[in-house]
Parts: sequence; structure tokens; C-alpha cells
Amino acid sequence: MKKNFGEYLLPIFGYIAIIILAGIVITIAVQGLPLLSKYSLKELLLGKEWRPTSVPPLFGFLPSIVSTFYISIFSMLIALPLSLGTAIYLSKIASPKVRSILKPVIELLANIPSVIYGMFALLFLGPILKKLFNLPVGLNGLNASIVLAIMSIPTITTLSEDAISMVPKEPELASYALGASNLETIFGITIPSASAGIFASITAGFGRAIGETMAVLLAAGNSIRIPHSILEPMRPITATIALEMAETAVGSDHYRALFLLALVLLIFVLSFNLLSRHLRKLYRKKLYG
Amino acid sequence: MDKLKKEKIFFAIFRILAFTSLLIVLTLIFYILSKGLKVISLNFIIDYPRNSFTEGGIFPAIVGSLYLVGLAIIFAVPVGVLGGIYLSEYTKENTLTEAIRLAIDTLSGIPSIIFGLFGLAVFCKILNLKVSLIAGSLTLSILILPTIFSATIESLKLVPKDFRDASYALGATKWQTTWEIVVKTALPNIITGVLLSIGRAIGETAPILFTGATFYTRGLPENIFEPVMALPYTIYGLLAEGTFPQKQVPIAFGASIVLIVLVFIITLPGIIIRDKFRSKKKW
Repeated sequence: MKKNFGEYLLPIFGYIAIIILAGIVITIAVQGLPLLSKYSLKELLLGKEWRPTSVPPLFGFLPSIVSTFYISIFSMLIALPLSLGTAIYLSKIASPKVRSILKPVIELLANIPSVIYGMFALLFLGPILKKLFNLPVGLNGLNASIVLAIMSIPTITTLSEDAISMVPKEPELASYALGASNLETIFGITIPSASAGIFASITAGFGRAIGETMAVLLAAGNSIRIPHSILEPMRPITATIALEMAETAVGSDHYRALFLLALVLLIFVLSFNLLSRHLRKLYRKKLYG
Repeated sequence: MDKLKKEKIFFAIFRILAFTSLLIVLTLIFYILSKGLKVISLNFIIDYPRNSFTEGGIFPAIVGSLYLVGLAIIFAVPVGVLGGIYLSEYTKENTLTEAIRLAIDTLSGIPSIIFGLFGLAVFCKILNLKVSLIAGSLTLSILILPTIFSATIESLKLVPKDFRDASYALGATKWQTTWEIVVKTALPNIITGVLLSIGRAIGETAPILFTGATFYTRGLPENIFEPVMALPYTIYGLLAEGTFPQKQVPIAFGASIVLIVLVFIITLPGIIIRDKFRSKKKW
């Protein structure tokens, strides 16, 4: 078949996703990596002090990295029972009517802009936590974890629910036929069968939590020290970048350090996304051979 | 009997967990509404901020947000839709298309602040667009591109192969079949994908933080090379940089309601179009 002009142009648009992805990774790397001529990778990654304005400036990534993981892991601990409980309830227990109301309402959470979650954390959760734990301020790692957990409920719930409803009916029916109760079937057959899918939803939620900016910026308290407790104010990677980027001069060490920090973040996020993708694939293979 | 009791207890736990999630959503919504509704008035929407943003309205922030996403879709929709058409209609499954899919997947998981840094380095600095409406909307367009891309692919895949075969049988070319039959059939779903991505983009703060947004302008931008106010950035600015919290926090709540309403005005038609399309289709 003869091709027309438009058809010769189409491939360019097809490859644009690869070009953009490569463009982002290369841009971030090119802006950040030159810093390695002045500081060793070890002194950046394991450095405990972040003092960009001292002489000479210190760019230790550890406080930001530790804060990021502290907050993200805690947020998953809070989000998991809620999301998995909700997913099991929606797919196995709720009546169709309850489900048709509850599901869209939970998904509504996903449409609310992150800065509004940040505001909720700052003005609603902050004062509550302050009183509850008798703290000088309510902005800390726990606050950020709670708000991130709330934000990841729709993601983890929806993905886990998909995984649960993908489990074929036959093994469940076989389990009932052997005299197992609903509960025994859910824990003995459904959840183990869906485990890879559920795990994929958790890694996806974790990848999101690591990269979230505005909510943690307003919630975490912005103190750049290595935290020793979840109740201390923290400043994760994204917040450090968001707070300091605007005031740096292009090409300065500080500018490069922030880009290098972004590169570290990008590597973390990409690894979690790849892991999640791999798990989903594994899950499909397990179910459908 | 014991078994049933155990089941009842566990089911009650799941129910409590599910309704806790529901309670969280409701708390969030009612909290924002209870604080913000009293600020909302016609003036709040059509007036300019006054007295260093302690009085007046948020008109320029609303317009700025609409400008930002409006320009972003002008850039992103043609590229995303054409790319999706190429991938779905003109390629066979091979390593390259697998790589494109992986790239789309990966892009949609990249944190929005990374897009902001990319926009800062490429649009603001290398292309020397500085902090401007155009740089901000280009950054947003790259953020929503993967969503539009994959929405297009998904929608085209839903069109049955029979439609294409019937068109070829009538002597239509590939190009005609693609545009007249396949894309036309898939259009409602593609529009839904676009609307959902705009709904997300309008609430994003991190990508425009250093590429397009500014806290305060006297008027609307006169051209695309000026920075703009934007709702999410205004909310952040009022909370984080505001110097008169008693007067500015209520404005932030009001702006939040306006932002949420805007998100729903944009995404709701998308959901309605999709549902209508689903109930109408006969194949």
C-alpha cells in the first residue's frame, strides 16, 4: 500500500516517549554529575551535613535520603491495613450498592491536588499531633507519613482490588466445595493467589510516596538533620529540591547538588517502578501461565 | 459455629477499615468546605488580589491556571494522540514498541518535581524562556503526554478488528480507515483520557514551581513570556510565604475549593462521556 506524507511523519510521534524519558534522565544527570569533580560520591551520599551556604559548602545527602525513606516506609505501614482492608471489603464483602458508592468516593481522593493535602496536614493534622504527642510543633515525619498514607489509599486500594478480582473463580469454588468458609477462602486462596499483584500495588504506592513533593513540603517540618524518631521534623529529598532550587544560580555547586539529589531520587523511583512492573508481569504469568 | 464467629469478627474488621478510609475522605472534604465556603463569593472569583494578598479575589490565579493547562494541551494532545495512533495502528509487537511502552509507563511514574527540574534546565535556561507561562505550560505538557499517549493506545485497542476489515473491504486506504473509522470510534475515550490528564495537570504545583508560576502579579499576563499566577501555587504561597496568616489562610481555603471545583468541572464530563460511550456501544 502506498504511504502518504502523514504516514511518514507518524513514527516521530511514536518515539517521542523514549526521547522525553531519555531527555529527562540525561538533563538531570548532565546538570548534576559535574559536582563529582569537586566532591566524592561517598562524601555526598553518606555526608551527614547539608550546609549549602557555609564555606566551603557541605552537600551531605543523607539527611534528605533518610527522611524520604523514614516517611515513605511509615506511610506504607499506615496505608497498608486501610487500603488492603478496603480492597478486600470492596471485592469480597460489600453489597453491589455499597460498593457502587464507596468505590468512587475513595477514588475521589486521587483527584484532589497534593497541595490541598499539604494544607490539610499543616492546619488540621498538625495541631492534632501537637496536642496528642505534646510536641512543640505538629509538623514532623509522622504528619507527613499520615498525609502520604491518605494520598496513597486510592492507588493501593484500586490496584489491589484489581489484583484480587483477577483471581480465577475455580480455585475459590473448589475451596468452598471442600467446606472452607468465606474467610478461609479469602486468606487461603484469594490473597495468596493475588499476593504478587498486591505487592505490585504496594511498590507502586511506595514509588509515589517517595516522589511526592507539595504535601510533604507543608507537612514534614523542613528540618535538615538526620532524624532519629518519626516525631522529629524532617526534610525529604523532594522538599529540599523544592525549597532551595529557586534561590540557586545556574551552574553553581548548590544548583548541581540539587540536580544530583534529584538524580538519586529518580534512581530510587525508577527502581521501584521497574520492580512493580516486574511483579505485575510475574503475577499475570502465574495466573494465566 | 466457631468458624462463623471468627468470620464475623474478621469481616467486621474489614468493614471498619473500609469505612475508616471513607471517613478520611469525608473529613478532608468537610474540613476544606467548612473553612473555605464562607470566603467564596462572586467577588472572590472575579476580583484581583489586593493589599499584598490579604483582601480581594483570586481571579488572576484562576485565569493563569486555565492558561497553563490550555497551552499544555495544545502542545501535548497532537503529539500524544498521533504517537498513540502510530503505536496502536502502524506497528507490530516488537522490541521497539515494547521499549516505547516501557518508556510511557516509566514516565508516568516519575515524580512531578523531576519534570519541574527538567523544565527549569531545558525551557527556562537552555531555551532561555525564563520563568514564564510558555515554560510552565511546556513542562506541564510533558507531564501529561504519557497519560494522553496511553489513553489513546487503550482507546484504539478497544475498536474491534472487524471495523477495520470492513473498511478495507470497501476499498479504503489505511490512512482513511485509521482516521475515518478507528479514531472516530475511539474519540470519546480519547477525550476522556485528555480531560482526566488536564484535571491532574491543573492541580500540579511542583512542575510549575520554578518554571512558570509566580505568587503575585498586578494583572493578567500580557504575553506568554511573562510568569503567571496559578491556583495551586497561590495556595502554597499563601500558606508558606504569607506574612498575614489570619487574613491569608482563609483565602487559601477559598482558593482550594475553587481548585477542587475546577478539577471536577474538567474531569466529570470525561467520566460522563466514557459511561455514555460504554452504554451506547453495540459491539
